[in-house]
Amino acid sequence: MFDLDGAWQLDERVSVRPERFGALLYHFGTRRLSFLKSSTLLDVVRRLPEQPSARAACAHAGVPDSELPRYRAALAALAASRMIRRRT
Amino acid sequence: MSEDIAVEVEPAAQVEDETRIEDEALLEDLLVEEVSIDGMCGVY
Amino acid sequence: MSLVDASGAACKPLIEQFQYGLDAPICLTWELTYACNLSCVHCLSSSGRRDPGELTTAECRALVDEFERMQVFYVNIGGGEPTVRPDFWDLVDYATAHHVGVKFSTNGVKITDAVARRLAASDYVDVQISLDGATEAVNDAIRGPGSYRTAVRAMEHLAAAGFRGFKISVVVTRRNAGQLDAFQAMADLYGAQLRLTRLRPSGRGADVWDELHPTDAQQRALYEWLLRHGENVLTGDSFFHLAGYGTSLPGLNLCGAGRVVCLIDPVGDVYACPFAIHDSFLAGNVRQDGGFARVWRSSELFAELRRPSGGGACSACSAYDACRGGCMAAKFFTGLPLDGPDPECVRGHGRTALDAVATGSVPKPSRDHSHRRAGPVPVTIGRRRPPDRACDESPLAGMARPGR
Repeated sequence: MFDLDGAWQLDERVSVRPERFGALLYHFGTRRLSFLKSSTLLDVVRRLPEQPSARAACAHAGVPDSELPRYRAALAALAASRMIRRRT
Repeated sequence: MSEDIAVEVEPAAQVEDETRIEDEALLEDLLVEEVSIDGMCGVY
Repeated sequence: MSLVDASGAACKPLIEQFQYGLDAPICLTWELTYACNLSCVHCLSSSGRRDPGELTTAECRALVDEFERMQVFYVNIGGGEPTVRPDFWDLVDYATAHHVGVKFSTNGVKITDAVARRLAASDYVDVQISLDGATEAVNDAIRGPGSYRTAVRAMEHLAAAGFRGFKISVVVTRRNAGQLDAFQAMADLYGAQLRLTRLRPSGRGADVWDELHPTDAQQRALYEWLLRHGENVLTGDSFFHLAGYGTSLPGLNLCGAGRVVCLIDPVGDVYACPFAIHDSFLAGNVRQDGGFARVWRSSELFAELRRPSGGGACSACSAYDACRGGCMAAKFFTGLPLDGPDPECVRGHGRTALDAVATGSVPKPSRDHSHRRAGPVPVTIGRRRPPDRACDESPLAGMARPGR
């Protein structure tokens, strides 16, 4: 299960491009594209490096508790595709 | 499983357990979609 | 019609979001020169001779600066043969230094072992070697004498230099459709990744399409092969018209022309797609005021492509949601209406439509930079002939009843 209480960040090789529907993320190493389908999710991802945990990033981005499972699943997908990684 | 979902999970050795998505219902409604940069027509 | 739901999330499938277009392409094809050392019979850009008006080095760099500002993630540099431009390496380095990834398509002519080692050392450059036969005879019949050896030599150099995962890009034709396993074996041998793409009747491809496009049986076999073996095979989403058979292949499964991709040609003309080099698909020129960004965002043609079109004659067909009416360029250059079936429609609707096309009404490419040939042409110039025996049959002939 994705660790919401861990510290995360975007991989350095990822380019973020905000879009009308959310954002495009392109990983120059894996050559994969991720489409973020919500601006709130983009906001969460951008806050990851400055917040102590992914949970805090979600809170600061205004994600309601009821939506947290949905955002957790999204973050899990981004970790699986190496778009985000744990902060060391 | 919806055909629209294109979440690719890396081979088991590379992925930590925490990246598995456990709830099938959440997969249907995923806020992230993925495709290879090669996956759009019009680039040769 | 709102594209977001109450929680702010995009509530329509991605395919529909993209149809309205983006502020910048995701990637694009950039043909650097019309010059080429080869004369492949199916060349989509009718290349061979340099155009006197090709973009200068300075203009090319300015274009890369635009790509960087727009955050175009990567460009596929092709041609002609891009490596014959003296400033080719300079431009590749410039692009990667400015956060634009590069994959370049080449016939391999300049990929020496020194070049291969230099490429292997760079993280932001990918290479795609063009090959259209797993054997010399099949390949050279399409690409010319010596071209197989040139490609293989390039692949050997890349493999020896440790460049893992370069691409071998094959246009599937009637002649090589039976060589798919052999192509995969070649890719495995060189540590490369196989890419299969669709032949379109574009450029010189129009002259040979009748005799080279796969038969129905081959098309079906290709689809089955991709489902079975295609996990690591790239297709550039060029077979999305095959989604009409059933399961979609990986990819966005929509025509990206003018929506998420486009072509910039050697003289700066911007077309919807590299398979549609024709005035009808010319959106503008990067030398105009506002450069490429203005063309992408404001051209009349792209605005038209980004308006929802609703399927036309295809909307009644149960396959439409999957195949989206197929390839715009394939329809255009076979004289078919754009709001009707693809010429290779898997339900056979394209063949019916082709029968109604008046001879002589098929559009010709707007540009031809082919070498002027003195000698005999290696293949028969196609005239519109009656279809093969295989094509006379119902598209479902001989197949198991579709499952699921």
